[in-house]
Amino acid sequence: MQYRPPVSSPLQHTAHPDHVVVNIGPSHPATHGTIQIVAEIDGETVVHADVHCGYLHRGFEKEAEHHTYHNIIPYTDRLNYCSAMNNNFAYAEAVEKALGIELTPRCIWLRTLLAEYNRIADHCTCIAASVMEMGGMTAFLYLMTVRDYIFEHMNHLSGARLTYSYVRIGGLARDLPDGWLVRLEEILTFTEGYLERIHGMLDRNRIFIGRTRDVAAMTPEHALNWGYTGPILRSTGLAMDLRKDNPYLAYPELDFEVPVGIKGDNYDRYYVRMREIDESIAMVRQCIERLPGGPINVDDPRVVLPEKELVYNQIESLIHHFKLVMDGVQVPAGEVYTAHEAPNGELGFYLVSDGSGRPYKLHVRAPSFVHMGGMHTLLEGHQVSDIVPTFGSMNMVGGECDR
Amino acid sequence: MSTFYESITGGLQGLYERAWESHGMLVLDLLPANLTTVVARLKDDYGCALFLDVTAIDYPERKPRFEVVYHFLCPAQMQRIRLKLGVEEHAAELPTLTGSYGAARYMEREVHDMYGIRFTGNADLRPILLYEGFEGHPLRKDYAMEHEQPIVPYRK
Repeated sequence: MQYRPPVSSPLQHTAHPDHVVVNIGPSHPATHGTIQIVAEIDGETVVHADVHCGYLHRGFEKEAEHHTYHNIIPYTDRLNYCSAMNNNFAYAEAVEKALGIELTPRCIWLRTLLAEYNRIADHCTCIAASVMEMGGMTAFLYLMTVRDYIFEHMNHLSGARLTYSYVRIGGLARDLPDGWLVRLEEILTFTEGYLERIHGMLDRNRIFIGRTRDVAAMTPEHALNWGYTGPILRSTGLAMDLRKDNPYLAYPELDFEVPVGIKGDNYDRYYVRMREIDESIAMVRQCIERLPGGPINVDDPRVVLPEKELVYNQIESLIHHFKLVMDGVQVPAGEVYTAHEAPNGELGFYLVSDGSGRPYKLHVRAPSFVHMGGMHTLLEGHQVSDIVPTFGSMNMVGGECDR
Repeated sequence: MSTFYESITGGLQGLYERAWESHGMLVLDLLPANLTTVVARLKDDYGCALFLDVTAIDYPERKPRFEVVYHFLCPAQMQRIRLKLGVEEHAAELPTLTGSYGAARYMEREVHDMYGIRFTGNADLRPILLYEGFEGHPLRKDYAMEHEQPIVPYRK
C-alpha cells in the first residue's frame, strides 16, 4: 500500500530550490505527541514551518451530541489526559451554570484542591518531557517520580491513574478516602524536595540555558495575536490568569501570586511553570486547611442520584434513578460558555442545550490547539535543533489539541 | 449590564441586530456583512485583543441553517463577548478574521472541516483535524454518527 500523507504541505512545491524540506513526526522520538512539523530549512535554520495536527482526532464533539451529560464526563478526561480533573471541572461547571446549580462549600474547596493538585502533575509532565528531549535524563526521572506519586495518590481517590471521571454534575463521585489528606501533605513535602533538585540542576545549567534562553521569544502582543493563554502568555510578562481575573470555585479566597516571565522564551516558559508549581502547592495547603465539612453533592433531585437504599425500596426513587440514568440530566434550553484556567491555558466549554438530556452542541476551546496554530511563528528563524525544546515548552497534548 | 458592555452596545449601534446578556456575557447578533467592521471596532476601540474561539451550530430545519459563533476576550476588563451570525447553507461563506487575529487561522480551518463553511480570504483552508479526501462535514447534523471513512483500512 502506498503511503499518502493525510494533508499535503505546500512547502513541497514552494520551497526555495537550495533549501531542504524535512518532515518531523507525527511519530518521532524527539516529539512527545502525535504532531507533524514540515520544515523548509536553509542549512540549519528553519525558514518556514508547517504544523499539522489532527492525528488524534476522535470526534469528541460529535460523540458529545449523542451522550447524556453524565456520560460525557469520561470523554472529557481524555482531552488533556495529564490533568483530567481540570477538564472534568470545567465541563461540569458549564452544565451547572446552564442548570443554575450552586455547589456545596465542601465540593467547591475540594474541586479547587484537586484542580491545583492536578496542575502540579501536568506541569511536572511538561517540564520532564521537554527536559528529557534535551538530554536531561535525571531531571526527567525526578519529575516523573513526583508525577507518579501524584497519579498513584489520585488512583487511591478515583480508581484511575489518569482518567479520573471523578466529577459529577452538582458534586463529586465520592468523598475523600480515609487518610488521603495525610498522604497528600507527605507528597507535597516530597515534591518540594525534588523541585529544589530540579532548580539546582537546570536553572543555571549552561547547556539548558543555551538551548532555551532567547529561543522562540515573543512579545505579549504577539502572544495575544496568536491566541496564547496560560503559562505561555504569562511567560511574556502579561499577568493574565483566570483564577485571578475571572475567579471561579474557591480562588477568590485563596492567597496566591501570578508568576510572569520577562521575554517569553523557552526558559521563561520553564520557569513560569516551576513557579506555578510552587503556587499550586501553597494553594493546595490552603485548601487542606480550610476544607469545610458537609455534603459534597447538592441536594437537587434534577442531577443527583437518589440513595441506593431508597432505589431498592421505593418505586418513586427507582423511577427517579431510572429517568436520570436513561434520559440524563435535563438541562434547560440555552447556551453557556465557561472558561477555566487549565494548566495549558484557557480551557473553554461552549454548551448549547435544546432542553433535552443531551447537548445540542458542545464545543471545546482547547488551548493546545490554539497554541499549535501559532507555533510556526516561534520556529521560523531558529535552528532545527530548537524545534524540540520549543515544541516541548508548548506542552501540546494530543488528546486536547485534536479532540 | 456592565458599563463596559453598555459602551459597546452604545458605540456599535446600528451594526448589530440584537444585543443581550447571557450568563454574564455580552452577545451580539449581527449580519455577516457587518462582521469585519464590528470585529475591527472591538479590537481597536474596545481592546478585545484575544480571539478566543470560533465554532458553528447546525440547525437543519432553520433558515439560515448555520449559526457561527465567535468568542472574544478583552484583557483589560477581562470581559468576554460573543458574536452570532446566521449563515445560509447554499452560500456558506464568511469573511476571514486572519487579518486581525493570527489565531483565527487554525480555528477557521477547523470550522471549515467540520461544517463546510468557507472563510473567504483565509488562504489556507486545508483539512486540519480531518484528512484530504474526507467526504462530508462530520459535525453537520445530517452526518450520521455511525458513518466511518478511515484513511487506513481497518485490520481484519
